[in-house]
Amino acid sequence: MSDYIIHGDSGDWEVVIGLEVHAQIIAESKLFSGAAPDFGAEPNSQVSLVDAAMPGMLPVLNMRCVEQAVRTGLGLNAKINLSSVFERKNYFYADMPQGYQISQFLHPIVGEGIIELDLPDGTTREVGIERLHMEQDAGKSLHDQDPTRTYIDFNRSGVALMEIVSNPDLRGPEDAGAYLRKMRSILRYLGTCDGNMEEGSMRCDCNVSVRMVGEKELRTRCEIKNVNSVRFVMQAIEHEAQRQVDLYENGGQVVQETRLFDANKGTTRTMRSKEEAHDYRYFPDPDLLPLVLLADEVERLRADLPELPDAKKARFIADLGLGAYDASVLVAEKASADYFEEVAAGRDAKTAANWVISNLFGVLNKLDIDIEESPVSATSLGKLIDLITDGTISGRIAKDVFQAMVDSGDDPGAIVEKKGMKQITDAGAIEEAVDAVIADNPDKIAEIRAGKDKMLGWFVGQVMQMTGGKANPKMVNDLLREKTRP
Amino acid sequence: MSSAPADLTIAQAASALAAGDLSSVELTEASIAAMTAARNLNAFITETPELALERAAESDVRRGHGESAGPMDGIPIAVKDLFCTEGVLTTAASHILDGFVPPYESTVTANLRSAGAVMIGKTNLDEFAMGSANVTSYYGPVKNPWRAADGKDRVPGGSSGGSAAAVSARICAGATGTDTGGSIRQPGAFCGIVGMKPTYGRCSRWGVVAFSSSLDQPGPMARTVKDSAIMLTAMAGHDPKDSTSARVDTPDFAAAMTGDIRGLKVGVPAEYRIDGTPAEIDAMWHQGEKWLRDAGAECVPISLPHTKYALPTYYIVAPAEASSNLARYDGVRYGLRMPGASLDEMYANTRGAGFGSEVRRRVLIGTYVLSAGYYDAYYVKAQKLRTLIAQDFKMAFKQVDVILTPTAPSSAFVIGERLDDPIAMYLNDVFTVPASIAGLPGISVPAALDQSGLPLGLHLIARPFDEATLFRAAHALEQAANFTARPVLVSEL
Repeated sequence: MSDYIIHGDSGDWEVVIGLEVHAQIIAESKLFSGAAPDFGAEPNSQVSLVDAAMPGMLPVLNMRCVEQAVRTGLGLNAKINLSSVFERKNYFYADMPQGYQISQFLHPIVGEGIIELDLPDGTTREVGIERLHMEQDAGKSLHDQDPTRTYIDFNRSGVALMEIVSNPDLRGPEDAGAYLRKMRSILRYLGTCDGNMEEGSMRCDCNVSVRMVGEKELRTRCEIKNVNSVRFVMQAIEHEAQRQVDLYENGGQVVQETRLFDANKGTTRTMRSKEEAHDYRYFPDPDLLPLVLLADEVERLRADLPELPDAKKARFIADLGLGAYDASVLVAEKASADYFEEVAAGRDAKTAANWVISNLFGVLNKLDIDIEESPVSATSLGKLIDLITDGTISGRIAKDVFQAMVDSGDDPGAIVEKKGMKQITDAGAIEEAVDAVIADNPDKIAEIRAGKDKMLGWFVGQVMQMTGGKANPKMVNDLLREKTRP
Repeated sequence: MSSAPADLTIAQAASALAAGDLSSVELTEASIAAMTAARNLNAFITETPELALERAAESDVRRGHGESAGPMDGIPIAVKDLFCTEGVLTTAASHILDGFVPPYESTVTANLRSAGAVMIGKTNLDEFAMGSANVTSYYGPVKNPWRAADGKDRVPGGSSGGSAAAVSARICAGATGTDTGGSIRQPGAFCGIVGMKPTYGRCSRWGVVAFSSSLDQPGPMARTVKDSAIMLTAMAGHDPKDSTSARVDTPDFAAAMTGDIRGLKVGVPAEYRIDGTPAEIDAMWHQGEKWLRDAGAECVPISLPHTKYALPTYYIVAPAEASSNLARYDGVRYGLRMPGASLDEMYANTRGAGFGSEVRRRVLIGTYVLSAGYYDAYYVKAQKLRTLIAQDFKMAFKQVDVILTPTAPSSAFVIGERLDDPIAMYLNDVFTVPASIAGLPGISVPAALDQSGLPLGLHLIARPFDEATLFRAAHALEQAANFTARPVLVSEL
């Protein structure tokens, strides 16, 4: 999928993408104040004096946010800078009360790291992380509350964000999608960001440029601001890359600028040009001392990190014998991985993986719900597998039992009992059915004996139908083979 | 009693209160009367007599129960209108903070309040503390209570001009000030009182309207060194709400004033002898050396080679920080708002109308020095110089315990002078700025009158957090100078 190529009249173009992810840090309070950062509260109900930039108010760094940023850096295999500096990024906007955003500029808390993308063919690819820094979020301007005035909700003002900047290592919309999904997965495993793009707790700026295949230099890029879903990011990149190719193909030039993605039209449009770009006048915030971490603290945080998706995937492959693709599907969400591990405990891992991926995920997709809301618990699914393993039900019947579990939420044992779905393993009963079918279909028997093997399947089907699907398929098969042997 | 209540020092008033010779209400009533009588000075932006009497009565009740909070309990003080005071208009002497009544109390004034001090009002200042003459206030200039032979109104110095005038005019015995480049010490010298700037980080900046965050420091203004020490003990202390507040204990500074400076080493920096300094200021400086020597100290010449860069450094760092600190005054949430057709127009209208010319000048300078392409040449270079200036002092303090200089290169000048020449105005702070740049404690002690009858101050600088030594040396200077001159008060006219 790295071969995302746009074919133009003058040749083939490749797309170069770097992403800046803004991830809201999970913490009890904001980056520099004691106000809560919760989503969905009454407007202006979570605003401290500091968040409203009242005169004489001073920021005090929330060390929990620092820990979370360091943990994220460690999760991205990145260098932790023991000394970092908060700077002021100066510009005026009505929902930015201080007149500056406190951010990190020259000296971010986290330096270079690596994120591993899981590609659909089961292979992986490394994407470089350039840096991670902490910064304050702004408030929210509400332009639709009044015909002439703008209202402002400062609840988000001062909320702690991590800005995670990738290297320009991505080569197409699919890459970008895989990157964002992997990033979200890591953040969620770490518990440092909930990754809810629709609630705005994870947003993405996309830097996009194109170049002819084989060119070494990067061409002029455009930045698409504040895209808020994985799908939109992919759409925006696809559109933007095509727009740039069209420009070049028609003898035009790409102008460096900031663009906005229009989700309704699926297109991007100019937000501000390079000439209109702000001069942010960064300088170290004199209200805050340089942030100095002790190596011991960082090591303590490292030691306390949970198992992350890459490690879990490796373990699923090495210890449980899963294929690379299945493993990466299962570890993508921590809740799925946990569910799977519970099902697989003491059972055949591949069977468990199959049931979770092929059956459970299908149902969840259809119902459009998360695994946490699954109508079938991991315990129940485990019991269902046990019923197959001990021969109580056949694999085919199991699918019906599973559907009944989805519909009723009942225990599989109870369903099997209630609906009389137990497998018939009584050789006499099966032979009776086999004989009856053979007796009823002498012409077809003749065909089999003449060498038309495929007909055997038809007979199995007949017997299964006669037994309500409960006959042990292997026994039916064996018997039929024996009795139809020429 | 020999003195009128308003004439008492903090220490004297504390004794009188303790002895039951005087109640806080009586003392406060006298202060309020003096404040009312001296309105022509324009020292106060807001008077809070009812609040003062209420708190004075509470103090008397405490004392009646034997629960006095200490030497500040029941003492009327004035508060520079840069400190946010809960429920009381806070203006920073700027039009842009019209009608701003904070729902919170600055840490320093809260500390003073818990020590029992009684606020009688909010004093005038240069707008956002930007100035050395208290002429940039939206609420008009403050007059210096001192009169020279020519009878012309003099500036009280700035930016804490209202506080200095109030203390000098015997309206109250103490007032809070803030010092960024000399804003406590220079008006102290101009008004013939003691002005003390603590070490950066000694007093919390929380709730003080910010001018230049890396330089601003609240401090006491009083008529004696001992009173300054008493006040600072009540004001200071680590504050978790200010990340630059130092984690150091607050000693009883007054108790550290032993009166003994034998063996103390006093540095006299060669670089502070600058061309054009009036001879009488030089003479006073020499006299200061002699006084300290006579008291048993040893005076040694020292060199602070980067001194000449202090003022230019200051006038890059302070405006740079100010340009950013003042961005919050945008008409959106509080204070003045001048409507406009767009957001940008509303900003321009509000800030254009709300800020005076000196504030606008500094915001422009600050914006310029932080701009892309100029940042390295100005701001980064200034930061490097700042380090060098601090190192000068560090080296000097290996050799000496305190440094003696004049406080200002002139006495109080006539209101209206130097307005057309900001550089001449900025030169007022030439002796006070270096210590600010280095974050060091400094104190101005009234030492003499010049030939026109206006007070002059001597300035002492000490090591970081060594205010105890600073007060001890200042006390010796004060004893020797025996400065008993006083301005002609309204009540005596």
